[in-house]
Amino acid sequence: MRVLLVDDEEEFVVTLTERLGLRGLDADYATSAEDALAKAEKNSYDVAVLDMRMPKMGGLAIRNALKGRQPDMKFLFLTGYGSEEDFNLVVSQDGDSAYLVKPIDITTLIAKIKEVSDRKGGRDD
Amino acid sequence: MVPIGRPLISYPTVDQEIKNVSLKSKIVEIFWVEKETDLRSSRHLFNFRKIWKYAVFLTGSVSLVPLIFITMVDYHVTKNAMEAEFRLRTARLVSNTGRSISFFLSERKAALDFIAHDRSCQASDPVRLGVILENLKRSFGGGFVDLGIIDERGVQVNYTGPEPLLGKDYSRQEWYKRVIEDGTYVSDVFLGYRKAPHVVIAVRTVREDGIFFVLRASVYLDPFEKLLVGLELSGMGDAFMINREGVLQTHSRSFGDVLNTIPLAVPAFSPKTEVTSEIDPSGRDLLVGYRFIEDTPFVLMITKSKKDLMETWFSTRLLLIGFLLASVSIIIGVIAATAAYMVRKMRIADEQRLMSFHKLEYSNKLATIGRLAASVAHEINNPLAIINEKAGLIKDLFVIRHQYAGDNKLMALVDSILKSVNRAGTITKRLLTFAKNFDASIEKLHLGHLIEEVVGFLRKDAELRSIDIKIDVPLEIPEIESDRGKLQQIFLNIINNAFLAVTDGGHLKISVTRKGMDSVIVSIADDGCGIKKEDLDHIFEPFFSTRVKQGGTGLGLSITYGFVQDLGGGVEVSSEVGKGTTFHITLPVRPPQDRR
Repeated sequence: MRVLLVDDEEEFVVTLTERLGLRGLDADYATSAEDALAKAEKNSYDVAVLDMRMPKMGGLAIRNALKGRQPDMKFLFLTGYGSEEDFNLVVSQDGDSAYLVKPIDITTLIAKIKEVSDRKGGRDD
Repeated sequence: MVPIGRPLISYPTVDQEIKNVSLKSKIVEIFWVEKETDLRSSRHLFNFRKIWKYAVFLTGSVSLVPLIFITMVDYHVTKNAMEAEFRLRTARLVSNTGRSISFFLSERKAALDFIAHDRSCQASDPVRLGVILENLKRSFGGGFVDLGIIDERGVQVNYTGPEPLLGKDYSRQEWYKRVIEDGTYVSDVFLGYRKAPHVVIAVRTVREDGIFFVLRASVYLDPFEKLLVGLELSGMGDAFMINREGVLQTHSRSFGDVLNTIPLAVPAFSPKTEVTSEIDPSGRDLLVGYRFIEDTPFVLMITKSKKDLMETWFSTRLLLIGFLLASVSIIIGVIAATAAYMVRKMRIADEQRLMSFHKLEYSNKLATIGRLAASVAHEINNPLAIINEKAGLIKDLFVIRHQYAGDNKLMALVDSILKSVNRAGTITKRLLTFAKNFDASIEKLHLGHLIEEVVGFLRKDAELRSIDIKIDVPLEIPEIESDRGKLQQIFLNIINNAFLAVTDGGHLKISVTRKGMDSVIVSIADDGCGIKKEDLDHIFEPFFSTRVKQGGTGLGLSITYGFVQDLGGGVEVSSEVGKGTTFHITLPVRPPQDRR
């Protein structure tokens, strides 16, 4: 399973990628929206793990852009800011997306990634 | 942190306060007593005592000053009227009596004059004169004592009476000169041969041959005395006559017997009756009426003691003063009570306003703190996530790569880092929860079941510590539409606190009551250590904890507060140190529209 991690905190995303790699997931990372879209041009991913709040383009915008390129891609959102608005945005736009608050537990993350990728296509497709 | 008032703590409401008014506090108004209250800091803004004093003073002055003024005027008018009345009465009496005396003397003068013109009298026949004297005595009631005729040389040529006065020469005597000059003469009083007071009345008559003679009679003053004694005088009155030198001519009740000199000044001559005020040597205030009796040396005086005269005035005055005092007390009483009532209303209104203000201030403050906490949590979460991942990676390397698996010490260190990260993460998550709440699912809930559920989490702990938990949810409590997760958190937090407050074997009572149609109140009461008064003000503030050393975060109750607010309810707490604490959570039966 190929996973794309997108977060502006490079230290975070690099380490997490390595940890997922250690656990046998084919993980890749990007630290900005452009980077993420460029990666998605070259490779295809099953699941994208997106930070909700990033400079320029947030997680939701990146999801929409990625979905245009790879409609089957599933999404998982991360945030350090557990706000109701964020949550409502996710559920109102995509009932099949999941949501986690930082700091995350690696086992929970992997479980969520698996859960999301096992779902069938998004309702709004 | 700026200390704030005491919001959300169960203030007595207006209704309660009015119901609880005891007799004492009805008299001593509540605002009068400086209460040890939460609002002390703002008390200077509302000096109700001062307002009350001003109101009473102003209203009192406006109503009492005219009353007192009118009463004083009336006092003086009445007093003066009464005095004038007494003066008038005295004057009238003096006039009448004076007239009687004048008449008495004129009558005798006229009688003498009549006799003098009778020829039989003109002869120097003492027998004839004796007969005339007897006739006079008979006709005039015994006043005449003797009768004498003095010729133009001043020698008494004929005399009848008890004294040996025949042949006496009066030519050099003052009275003789006066009678020749004036035609008639009435003497001062003198004590005669019987030591009884007399006056001499003399008339001058010209005979047919052109030569004059004087007819002279001594007259007892008995009739005068009788006349004066017979007067009905009020006010310890005294009626007497003096001559122009102030020598008593009749007996006086106050100043003694005939020929004593009275201690009062002899009044100046006046042709009319006069009434004046004088003070006698014994200090009595006297009303003195006097009249100069025409053609005599006599002055009739009637004195009355003002004090005795005004006896009736004093009772009137007493009545007047009594009326004034009664009116003043009633007016002051009514004003004080009315002012107290108004000021009390003002106080209640002001305090309610202040309370609402405090509540609002507090809510705003909590909201601000909530936002701050959320942003702090967010800022911390990112580096925390990095630490988490780095430490996680180290652990992964140990576990998965087996290179360092044998190094237990390193493993323990990494585990310790991860544990600490986890702890910090729990705090930031709770902070975030305090500020923003993810879930907002409203459902129909049975409060009894929900409370049972929550207590279920803690049942084990309760059993271990033998804490007795009673739940009382009456059947009439309706199902409420609310957020299960939040309610659970609310109850869990408060019950947890109660567990910490009670000792082993303590008691906890959870009861639900209805409040009107739209709300229910969940009361959670413990018999634990209670909360100090100064702490009560802060228990809903984040990071306020009395158990910092025991690991309290100080977020529990502030989160609870936020949740209750979200659900459209309110939370109040009352506590007494050593007796226990009760939380009252008011919840709406239906959630507010904007939160559904």
